[in-house]
Amino acid sequence: MDHSAGSFPAEVFFLVPALAASAAYVAGACSAKARGWPKHRTAMFLLGIAFAVSTVLGPVPALAHGNFAVLALTHVVAGMLAPLLLVLARPVTLALRSMDRIPALRTVRILRSPPARILASPLTAAALNLGGMYLMFRTPLYDAMRTHAPMHWIVTFHLVAAGYLWTAALIGRDPNPHRAGLRLRAGILVLTAAAHNILAKSLFAQPPAGVPADQAEAGAMAMYYAGGAVEIAVMIVLCHQWYRNPAQRPSAPAVSGHGTVPAHSTATGKAPDSRKAPPAGGQEGPFTPASGAGPGGSGVREQGPA
Amino acid sequence: MNSPHADALRPARRNVVSGVLVGIGIAAFVDEVVFHQLLQWHHFYDKSTASVGLFSDGLFHAFGWFAVVAGLFLFADLRRRGVLLPARWAGAVLLGTGTFQLYDGTVQHKLLTLHQIRYDVELLPYDLAWNSAAVLMIGAGTLLLVRTGTDRPRR
Repeated sequence: MDHSAGSFPAEVFFLVPALAASAAYVAGACSAKARGWPKHRTAMFLLGIAFAVSTVLGPVPALAHGNFAVLALTHVVAGMLAPLLLVLARPVTLALRSMDRIPALRTVRILRSPPARILASPLTAAALNLGGMYLMFRTPLYDAMRTHAPMHWIVTFHLVAAGYLWTAALIGRDPNPHRAGLRLRAGILVLTAAAHNILAKSLFAQPPAGVPADQAEAGAMAMYYAGGAVEIAVMIVLCHQWYRNPAQRPSAPAVSGHGTVPAHSTATGKAPDSRKAPPAGGQEGPFTPASGAGPGGSGVREQGPA
Repeated sequence: MNSPHADALRPARRNVVSGVLVGIGIAAFVDEVVFHQLLQWHHFYDKSTASVGLFSDGLFHAFGWFAVVAGLFLFADLRRRGVLLPARWAGAVLLGTGTFQLYDGTVQHKLLTLHQIRYDVELLPYDLAWNSAAVLMIGAGTLLLVRTGTDRPRR
């Protein structure tokens, strides 16, 4: 990418939103209203921003331009690793906690709105991710991305945004009035991981236009194994949330199978053992929040520990 | 912990679910780590695969990863509730591993021509060893499950 050879590379403008987001997060975390905000969340947010920016700014984009394997790795970083760190940092929770009452209520109203419902659905997120990957590798968009820097920036923005939606829909702990049930989230996770595997192996066999075979093979394996590592991390977080869920604690009745559908979930609409639903009181575990997940919960509470 | 909760949980069944999931996960990981990475007998993709084979492979690896994670968390859950039935759980692991390996050795390797166990060798002994090991595991697992069918957690 030769556009960085100029006296003032245009990518520097990416620092503006990145620094603004970092400053807002740090200011929120240090504010009196968010007293006790865990330091590791701030660290994860800053690291996530740094990873995302590193894929469009600095030495990495030039390397990625010349080598498909590096490009595949940067896409795993921008579309999977950075979003995972950003989601674990719970920016919406921090924003709601540090905002004044009126803006916070407005934000909650936005979170409850129909557009937010669509964006928060794991189905939407999976479609955006898989559709984006397909368009990028199997249409002329790939060539356009390599030859026109602005196209590469748009693609990278899509990667980060779609990756964030996907991660947040599956394992986000930010307030989400539209959170899908555990079974749907687990199913979408397995299916998108499978689609990622399948696309990686198909790139191995049929490289995108203009990519030499050896680079395509290395890139496909980078996509398969690095992507798989992030997917397994997401699976561990998802199952850990189930394990820590108060409804799963030994004092409460459990549903059979490898997941439970939280009481407030309406997304799957079929809790097979719902006849055993009445929660057992008593023997509150150390992680039990005040009221658990009430039906149609307000959706603005922080959703348990992580 | 008292009995109504144990009835709701159905420990005998959850031990099997956890064990089968871990078993499937073990088979997927052994396939990946031992045969793909260490021995390098399997190929990442030998380019002779039908697309349905690619689909099956991608889905089963993704499910294998999830199975081992979910199965181990279920195992931890059984332990914290004190309802782990070790023999029954082990039988379910054998059943899960054997079934996945038999599926891999028959449907994926043969029917879908995903990849072979090893290249440039006489395949028959490898296929026989692979699939009879799978059948043995299924048999041993089933035997354990039948013998532990009436087991209940001690408390």
